[in-house]
Amino acid sequence: MAGLSFDLIALQLFAGLALGAIYVLFAIGLSLIFGMLTVVNFAHGAFYMVGAYVGLYLISIGGNFWICLVAVPILIGLFGLAVERVLIRPLYGRGIDYPLLLTFGLSYVMVECVRIAFGKTGYPFDTPEVLQGAVNIGVGYFPLYRLFVIGATAVVLLALWLFLEKTSFGLIIRAGARDPQIVRVLGVDVSRVWLIVFGIGTAIAGFAGLLAAPLQGVIPEMGGTILAEAFVVTVVGGMGSIGGAVLAGLLVGVVVSMTSLFAPEMAKVSIFALMAIVLIVRPQGFFGRAGLMS
Amino acid sequence: MTNKVTKAGSISRRRLLTTASAGAVLAVSPFRINLVRAEEAPIKIGFPVPLTGPYGAEAQDQVRAGQLAVAQFNDAGGLNGRKAELVVRDDKLNPGEAATRTLELVEKEKVNFVVGSLSAAVQLAINNVTKERGVIFNSISQSDAINEAADFSKFTFHEALNPHMTSGAVGRYAFTKFGKKVAFLTADYAYGHEMVRGFLEVGKEFNIENLGDVRHPLGTTDFSTLLPRLQALKPDILCISNFGRDQQIALKQATDFGIKKSIQIIAPLLSHASRVAAGPQAFEGVVGGCSFYWGIEDKFASTKAFNDAFRKMYDGKLPTDYGALGYGGVRTVLEAVKSAGSVETDKVVAALEALKYDYYKGPQYYRKCDHQSVQSVLVIKSKSKDMKNESDVFEVLSTEEPNEKNLRSCEALGHKA
Repeated sequence: MAGLSFDLIALQLFAGLALGAIYVLFAIGLSLIFGMLTVVNFAHGAFYMVGAYVGLYLISIGGNFWICLVAVPILIGLFGLAVERVLIRPLYGRGIDYPLLLTFGLSYVMVECVRIAFGKTGYPFDTPEVLQGAVNIGVGYFPLYRLFVIGATAVVLLALWLFLEKTSFGLIIRAGARDPQIVRVLGVDVSRVWLIVFGIGTAIAGFAGLLAAPLQGVIPEMGGTILAEAFVVTVVGGMGSIGGAVLAGLLVGVVVSMTSLFAPEMAKVSIFALMAIVLIVRPQGFFGRAGLMS
Repeated sequence: MTNKVTKAGSISRRRLLTTASAGAVLAVSPFRINLVRAEEAPIKIGFPVPLTGPYGAEAQDQVRAGQLAVAQFNDAGGLNGRKAELVVRDDKLNPGEAATRTLELVEKEKVNFVVGSLSAAVQLAINNVTKERGVIFNSISQSDAINEAADFSKFTFHEALNPHMTSGAVGRYAFTKFGKKVAFLTADYAYGHEMVRGFLEVGKEFNIENLGDVRHPLGTTDFSTLLPRLQALKPDILCISNFGRDQQIALKQATDFGIKKSIQIIAPLLSHASRVAAGPQAFEGVVGGCSFYWGIEDKFASTKAFNDAFRKMYDGKLPTDYGALGYGGVRTVLEAVKSAGSVETDKVVAALEALKYDYYKGPQYYRKCDHQSVQSVLVIKSKSKDMKNESDVFEVLSTEEPNEKNLRSCEALGHKA
């Protein structure tokens, strides 16, 4: 193949970061729920998929993409609240595998329900008109919509950071993650805190699904592939660490992108190879707390 | 007198008991049950297709049209009153799963024939099972290998096009019109490999320059890291050889990256179901091949009849390319059963070999040496405007008429002449 130019490598690096942003956005909700609740949410991919379908439905009844950007996370978040209250809450204190199995089963139920409601075939999801086309980013052309996804991810991360670090409710959430018993003794209703954290995590998953829809269309199985990638991101970043998820997500994106450039057949394997290396050198991941799983 | 009567009565009672018990023994014996069943049992056609997974949209159409062929056979009285039945299984686009399901169809369901599959790789797994068990298999998805002596058996039929025919037809059209510098984006499995081989082979006649082949795993959901490289190669033609959801996403993302501005995208096969699922934007202007498009109904009475029957059964919906294959695959087998007057494998094989048929797309027949269906290939372009209905998605640019010259020769496939 033709030689490598500086522009191509730079563009490839950028493509990797853009892909990483999508991983980050998806993995962040997973990591948040695990870090605060120690619930490994296997239904995260299903919430992501339902987010895309809710967006599709809202647009079909006359909404537009911008309304969806607000409405989808709210609706999926409310759905998440209901799931936590009815299904997850009775399982607290029963060991990590109980909610894991429950959410695993739930993901099948959700996918099957969507198949029944919308059919097994996928649907197209058009990129909003103002975000169509490619723009010159200096080293080559890049789709405008992908730049928008990077921006949206940055906004979500900033909002989440401000919420957790700068508000008093965020303080309670962080305290609840460290030592729920003390927080409870101090008169805080911890179960309400967990409820809200689960709602936020699923809302972000729905938001990520909506953003992914114009990239690849919607299909009931769309949550499956990304869930595997997101677990790699959370494991590499350290289970439960939000900062770790951001760093690992971007790293995984860049690794995929660079492998694609030199050995595209290896791209899918490369992220698991990365995970294996990280696990050997640093079993708890970049910023993981040891012993969270035990 | 009274004694006699009593005697006669006792004898008759004994006789009655003997007859009754003999009857009962006969009734429960497996022999008798088999006799009864053989008269009533339907003709079963196993139909393994990937209902779930990236090719799901196409597979569901295969089932719909397969059901239509069965319904038509049954409405016409079946085989002397014996009805047919389609036994559908999900092979999940996985060779292992497909082999297991096929074995189950043959052993447990006792199917008479197998029709189906939607993957170059999976059909070989099915064929391995049917070949070994001596069951007729009519494959309805693309593969070159299935024609070759190593995989072929007298039970193996191939109703679908093969990559050699498809890429040949598309290549002959595209390389004269769009340029000689060609780059490839290819699904990394048998289907993709066979398509690229076909394009390069036909490309020799046109002196094309191969700029490079980027391969992606089956089931890729993001092509953003592969596209900059392909764009940097600056080809005249980008040839994307993948299928189903991979094709939908690749074309969508190639459009987003602005590749269509300077490069003509071609695909060996443009799938109707994928075009509908991905929308007009993604497929706009892409040129590719197909085995069937409903729009040829102006040209062939058989297409019109098939379209009308499909519309009637499915609320006005029109059949797709892979749907037509499902129909063709099942119908040829059932027609052969009718003309053989039996479901016996050897008789049906002979009847299939003798068929000269026109059931949905103009004249076809199975070549003797490899049982490949010799048929036309359509070269089509995706439409994005002036669409008359939701199925009006392609424009037929040219038709390559059925001709054995466009197939690999029997000798090249390893068959003895």
